[in-house]
Amino acid sequence: MSNKESTNKTILVAFLLCLACSIVVAGSVVLLKPIQEVNKALNLKVNILAAAGLLPESNDAAAIEAAFSKIEARIVDLDSGEYVEPEVVGRKEALAYDQRKASKDPKLSSPLSGADDIASIKRRVKYAKVYLVKNEGQLETIILPISGYGLWSTLHGFVALEPDVNTIVGLGFYEHAETPGLGGEVDNPRWKSSWTGKKLFDLSSSDDPKIKLLKGSVDPASKNAEYEVDGLAGATLTSRGVTNLIQFWTGEHGFQQYLNHLRKEV
Amino acid sequence: MSEMSVKKVLFDPVFTNNPIALQILGICSALAVTTSMELSIVMGLAVCTVTGMSNLLISTIRSQIPSSIRIIVQMTIIASLVIVVDQILKAYAYEISKQLSVFVGLIITNCIVMGRAEAFAMQNSPGISFLDGIGNGLGYMVLLLAVAFFRELLGAGKLFGIEILPTVNDGGWYVPNGLLLLPPSAFFIIGFLIWGLRGWKKEQVEAPDYRMSSHTAREAF
Repeated sequence: MSNKESTNKTILVAFLLCLACSIVVAGSVVLLKPIQEVNKALNLKVNILAAAGLLPESNDAAAIEAAFSKIEARIVDLDSGEYVEPEVVGRKEALAYDQRKASKDPKLSSPLSGADDIASIKRRVKYAKVYLVKNEGQLETIILPISGYGLWSTLHGFVALEPDVNTIVGLGFYEHAETPGLGGEVDNPRWKSSWTGKKLFDLSSSDDPKIKLLKGSVDPASKNAEYEVDGLAGATLTSRGVTNLIQFWTGEHGFQQYLNHLRKEV
Repeated sequence: MSEMSVKKVLFDPVFTNNPIALQILGICSALAVTTSMELSIVMGLAVCTVTGMSNLLISTIRSQIPSSIRIIVQMTIIASLVIVVDQILKAYAYEISKQLSVFVGLIITNCIVMGRAEAFAMQNSPGISFLDGIGNGLGYMVLLLAVAFFRELLGAGKLFGIEILPTVNDGGWYVPNGLLLLPPSAFFIIGFLIWGLRGWKKEQVEAPDYRMSSHTAREAF
């Protein structure tokens, strides 16, 4: 056996070690992927239900699936604001449409110019997936997907609106990588509940979104209090990101056309 | 090293040679994940698994590792194990892995794992190295749990998410101390724990670096 300090031996050990470790790592990632995907899908549903305030008491998979079955997914053309059939995006049913994947697909999205891209998402999808909660044919809640850049990461979440297409039912993010304890407080239940009852638009003046996060807390006596949400302490850039992303998605390049349509119908 | 018994290797790191309290290693994650008992247990188990397995594997191949690349070899093994643990948590404990976020990945940089690999596993046989790894993981977990006990109880009025002290927000009497939910509070608690531990086990007290000598000359009338 050759000396263990020789160059050949060193290279051999390094090579074998890398091979063994890469097989172990790749194997665990591939084997566990299906289970992780199920978790992710369930987590998405939990967040949609939570935004709409419909989360069941027990959090087992069956109860969540049951609650989620009452929610209907639809595809919306963002430019015209009209519903389109799922076939337009090449799917049999709306639920199967992956909006995040579509935002990277040149056929289903277009690049955003710097001034329009306030949420820093770079590409805008042509078709968005919205979720509707209906009770005996009557629209109860509209759930819109929102996403945008915070400090470190793109935040992905949902905002739920009442049938007046203005009042917020709830808001939540299912995926982000902001600093735990600071920007990560977007997951804080108390902060999330402060969105409930706030209004997106001051419809008497304009149909552009007016809602924003403040630096510090909202003065309840202020006349704009219903369009303002407390900023996150110690997370100025995440707070700014949340303001930008909600203004983007409810504004002219987001769901504005669609929301105007809905308002006429109701 | 003939007196190295299984019991000593396994339980010494818990109180007599605790990696956090005596060696002051792995403080970073101890500040971050000790807001609740549940997180601390999962984090403790994850570190236990990684230290145990990395010690076992490194000790098994220790006679084959060229000394010029031994640190890289140890790092590669540790990093692979941490990724596997992270993947398992994501598959079977999704909620907790979301809360632990980056800190599972950061076990790679936890000095305890690398410290034990370099100091123990490179010189000892696989069996005893494995126990040493588990023991140090246990020492880490015990301290994490002690810190989390105070932080969760006094910061949120709960233990394992079960309400012990009814808080004012839920109509009780206890006003939770918000400071305890923030990372700096863990510094204080770890400090008090080290103080307590050294009061109990006097041999852990380090000799002072210098002594102030008394005045010999009269100055400043």
